[in-house]
Amino acid sequence: MPSLIDLRRRIRAVKSTQQITKAMKMIAASRLRRAQERVISARPFAQRMRQVLNGLVSRVEQDAHPLLRIPVPGVGRPLLIVITADRGLCGSFNSNVIKAGGQFIANEGQGRAIALGLVGRKGRDFFRRRGFDVRYERVGLFQHLSFADAAEIADVAIEEFTSGNASSVHLVFNEFKSVMTQRIVVEPLLPIPRIEEKAPVAGPAVDYLYEPSPEGIFKDLLPRHVQVQVYRALLESNAAFFAAQMTAMDAATRNSAEMLESLTLYMNKVRQAAITREIIEVVSGAAAT
Amino acid sequence: MALPTTLTLEIVTPDRALAREEVDEVVVPGSEGELGILPGHTPLLATLKVGELWYRQGRETHHLSVAFGFVEVLPDRVTILAHVAERAQDIDIERAERARRRAEERLEKPSAQTDLDFERARIAMMKALIRLQVASRARTRV
Repeated sequence: MPSLIDLRRRIRAVKSTQQITKAMKMIAASRLRRAQERVISARPFAQRMRQVLNGLVSRVEQDAHPLLRIPVPGVGRPLLIVITADRGLCGSFNSNVIKAGGQFIANEGQGRAIALGLVGRKGRDFFRRRGFDVRYERVGLFQHLSFADAAEIADVAIEEFTSGNASSVHLVFNEFKSVMTQRIVVEPLLPIPRIEEKAPVAGPAVDYLYEPSPEGIFKDLLPRHVQVQVYRALLESNAAFFAAQMTAMDAATRNSAEMLESLTLYMNKVRQAAITREIIEVVSGAAAT
Repeated sequence: MALPTTLTLEIVTPDRALAREEVDEVVVPGSEGELGILPGHTPLLATLKVGELWYRQGRETHHLSVAFGFVEVLPDRVTILAHVAERAQDIDIERAERARRRAEERLEKPSAQTDLDFERARIAMMKALIRLQVASRARTRV
């Protein structure tokens, strides 16, 4: 039976852990709010971008731009960009992404190695320890997430793809569904997927005037589109991270409350037992004399 | 088909949706020159340069600075996908002024200058100038 002092110490430890998890939960909640706003305000741009692109793709030659080119099979290897968080204490957030990444490698790899781009410390540590071919890594960008960061990652992906090093580029990340749920998404980034339109837009496709030429606009629009997709993925992941952390810390706070309760109960029992024992000793001592 | 009488103007940047309004007239800085757009404009897709954008609602005009991106025009709507966009009243004049001075210094110092650096400084300069110009409109309008 543990002694009273041990129990007290244990209770104190749990209590201070609870205070930390509670504080972390609150911090995560306030950061989540901001991150969530950013995701929501970034969505219209990505959406509009896709619409404009949609309209354009159907009017331009299929091979008009290297970013649309379907790669020759057997040349280059797939590049997978894994977006994890820099920090832990967020439930299964990171391990889910890593697991999905591993699955992708197992499925797509099939004999050939896959190149990796790693964003976020957790994923980097995991894959680097296991000796994967890492083309790109970036940690610590979630503190000040800016479009320029996304552009940098996108440019690396574009470079790898156009140079023929990468036969395709995929993103895997946590999508922010709601505060309670994150969804793992594996999204093709390059070659830019042909977006099938569900129904042809009412009437014959209107012919646009282009300024400059369609090719000129395309050259501008496609890399920008890739950057925006990456940016959105980063924002989604960031918001999802705080949501996951908040949920995890909330659960931790609740668990420690539960633990405190049972520990306190147990401690009281132990104390009561000790008191009873002492009384018996005193009484039997008195009776013996 | 009757011609539409107003345009739905939508301005979005990667960070936020800046505006969604019914307007009568829009002028955007296209990469090949200014584009004035009235309701019923023929479909058009153009790239933007650094410049001033303004739109009119009745007798009221609003000014914005924009830098790079695209504009899609349909007879009844205009969508601006700008890399950067700011309303005149939101522009931080001091910051723009500082940026202008920085760019000026960089342009004047010829040492160790690659074409790329020069081009960057030139763009920074242009952005700063446009922002200052747009900001001054916001003040004079009152």
